Amino acid sequence: MVLKIEKDHQRFRQIVKGKIREDLRKFLTRGELLGREGKHLISIPIRGIETPHFRYGDNSDAGVGAGDGKPGDPVGQGQGVGPGGTQEGQHILEVEVSLDELADILGEQLRLPRIQPKGKKQITAEKDRYSGIRQSGPESLRHFRRTFRRALRRQIMAGSYNPDDPRIVFERRDKVYRSWKTVLSPQSNAVLVYMMDVSGSMGDEQKELVRLEAFWIDAWLRRNYQGIESRYIVHDVRAAEVDRETFYRLREDGGTRISSAFQAARNLLDTHYQASEWNIYLFHFSDGDNSSESDSRDCCAILAEQLLPKCNLFGYCQVASAYGSGNFINVLHEHLGKHDNVITSRVNNKDDIYDSIKTFFSKGK
Amino acid sequence: MTGRALSRELAEWAEKIADYARAESLDFYQTIFEVLAAQQVDQVAAYGGFPQRYPHWRFGMEYEKLRKQYTYGLGKIYEMVINNDPCYAYLMHDNALVDQKTVMAHVYAHCDFFKNNIWFAQTNRKMMDEMANHATRIRRYIERRGLDKVERFVDTCLALENLIDPHSVFMKRTPVRRRNGEQQLKRPREDPAAQTTRYPAKTYMDRYINPPGEMERERRAHEQHLEKSKGVVPETPVRDVLLFLLEHAPLEDWQADILALIREEAYYFAPQAQTKIMNEGWASYWHSTIMTSYCLRDEELVSYCDHHSGTLATSPGRLNPYKLGIELFRDIERRWNTGRHGLEYDRCEDMQKRRNWEQDHPSTWTPPADRVVGRGSPGREKIFEVRRIYNDVTFLDEFLTPEFVDEQKLYHYRFDPATRRMVVVSRDFEKIKAQLLFMLTNHAQPYIYVLDGNYRNRGELYLGQRYCGADLDIKFATETLKELQRLWRRPVHLHAKIDDDYILFSYDGQQSTQQHVDEALPKPAHRVEA
Repeated sequence: MVLKIEKDHQRFRQIVKGKIREDLRKFLTRGELLGREGKHLISIPIRGIETPHFRYGDNSDAGVGAGDGKPGDPVGQGQGVGPGGTQEGQHILEVEVSLDELADILGEQLRLPRIQPKGKKQITAEKDRYSGIRQSGPESLRHFRRTFRRALRRQIMAGSYNPDDPRIVFERRDKVYRSWKTVLSPQSNAVLVYMMDVSGSMGDEQKELVRLEAFWIDAWLRRNYQGIESRYIVHDVRAAEVDRETFYRLREDGGTRISSAFQAARNLLDTHYQASEWNIYLFHFSDGDNSSESDSRDCCAILAEQLLPKCNLFGYCQVASAYGSGNFINVLHEHLGKHDNVITSRVNNKDDIYDSIKTFFSKGK
Repeated sequence: MTGRALSRELAEWAEKIADYARAESLDFYQTIFEVLAAQQVDQVAAYGGFPQRYPHWRFGMEYEKLRKQYTYGLGKIYEMVINNDPCYAYLMHDNALVDQKTVMAHVYAHCDFFKNNIWFAQTNRKMMDEMANHATRIRRYIERRGLDKVERFVDTCLALENLIDPHSVFMKRTPVRRRNGEQQLKRPREDPAAQTTRYPAKTYMDRYINPPGEMERERRAHEQHLEKSKGVVPETPVRDVLLFLLEHAPLEDWQADILALIREEAYYFAPQAQTKIMNEGWASYWHSTIMTSYCLRDEELVSYCDHHSGTLATSPGRLNPYKLGIELFRDIERRWNTGRHGLEYDRCEDMQKRRNWEQDHPSTWTPPADRVVGRGSPGREKIFEVRRIYNDVTFLDEFLTPEFVDEQKLYHYRFDPATRRMVVVSRDFEKIKAQLLFMLTNHAQPYIYVLDGNYRNRGELYLGQRYCGADLDIKFATETLKELQRLWRRPVHLHAKIDDDYILFSYDGQQSTQQHVDEALPKPAHRVEA
């Protein structure tokens, strides 16, 4: 039965899709976006469409609740609302959008050019997948359940099956075997190296910015490459490669020596990722507070000589911090301004992420 | 119809429960239950319980929300009931029998409330048909004018949907005017004699009860008023902005029709918003009473309790109308059964005395020994009276007591800008009550009046907010003005108090402006007191 509501629902979704495009700026700034579900779908809490009407503003943000608690205690989680139906509240709706769709929306919004991979042929790998069934094969690949079922069926039909003594004997013709197909799968040919400064001055707020920024970088690059590898490096005065979880969680104290991260990135590329076969993206997130001038000079040297010739893009994203001098970005400008694969951006708050992404990818590298 | 009829078992239960409810003196319209499959539930719920509504994306939005909620197990709809004669109610196909029975009992009480509560007295009891008519009308307009155009217009109307005057259905504020030049009724204001208050009196008492001097003064005052208000539209501030627009905005016929039907629906739904706490409280009170006294089988007890307590659960920062309603009804019943009411009780400030009221004031009424307090008790009679004549505002205003607030652990919370969280502010009775009443008054919607339909003698529309302690949301107000202007076509203005300052928001079709209201600004025909 086709529901009448489907038409309205369809219409709503159409509006929302347009709505997403318009309001992209808004939801880019929301942390909830990271809730990835399943393989590709992430659910984005977005505002529904609320037709405007005359209503009270924020200064009526109060209500009555029930439960324990002394004056001064926070009320539950998040916002409270009045009794049902008396306060409208915002319609927070979730609309499922696949990551690819999201990246497209992003690309369209930011007018990002499609990335031109380095002129290398697509590298594909052969892979065997056991997805079929056939009548002959080695015993080690025998499909027990199917074989058993065939034997059972045959015995029941032949009348030789006795439920009280359920003995199943396989015959040659019962046996079936798994078989494989060879598939060509495009091999990942892009690698993303995220480097983050985890020195004492990088707080939770800064990490949150990095996390969001990295999410969108990831979304965009994944849209443009078949397979992609991500590597994570954290550093304070020393650098180490870590997994994704640690990358976002780790908080160290202490000083900052940015060159250590670049050194680590160089080693990583040298051992695993040949520049001739890989599209390499390096992103460095920091508050720009390097320990010494001389180290900053070392950084530029490593970049200019070792890293920049190999990579498609080196993105430096400087997040605002209460402590840092934030000078590193200027150093980069000064020494490496003429390299066109060095791109820098500053992110002071969530709204800047939008512009930052645009800066990074507007050259189509 | 969308649903299926009841199975024999459910039909039998529906009969039995109706009998139990009648035995408890509930009085309801004939009630028709229909069984819906899970996928239909969300559709009907998205349409507000009606199987037929006009096409609009907002129902799709609601549907999406409900479907998501259901899919992720965040919420499940147990009951839906429509204020109509006969009353329609839906049962979910997959619910267990015990749930169906609870829902039936709950529904009968809702029907009783719809039928007997005075605030519902003026609602259209054939709304099911009316809604279907509305759907047909709008579909026809869509066919003729195109979906986009009609939908855009509906959106505009919905932006103004809350600008109605729910009390106006109980009185005649102004004589009815008709569109399309139908003959207008002679208005009483043109007959000065009708405007003086003359009380009925015997002839020899007349000059004392209706003193001629006073009558003359009144008549003259009225004449002056008439002189002054000649050509002023509206004659008095009008709260039913939708009606004013219907009468005066330059609408095409189809537009007027759509605006009229949306207004009609707004009036139909208004009493449900006005009595949410009472209505749900009443229904919960009765499903609890009927289930526990008549039709709960042993093996159903646990799942009944589970669902009942789920319905009544409170969570921090959210006031559950079911819970508040049922507890307040029970509190009233208890108080009236134990004589805890009346002037003496209300004036008594000694908490100890109030607590032990029965000892000092032995009740004149004693419950019959053979059964629990219930039928025929003064408390029961009182709550029947309450369900007849109160709405949420008066209900809480009259019956909320400090003891109740204490027992229910109610508190007042407020947004704390420092921590950006809601924090408990106090447990003071007066504050809590004031906050509750504030939230319920006019459903926490601002009061907006039409103050002038011909502002500056340029045909501009001037609205004003009657200030009740909270500022309007500026962004929303600006957007709504734009919608209003689409209907009025001439510039529109809204006078509102923001941060203790009077601001005039205007939109002339091109540009939104804001300015301080000062002496230099031309005044509208009327004012509303702040």
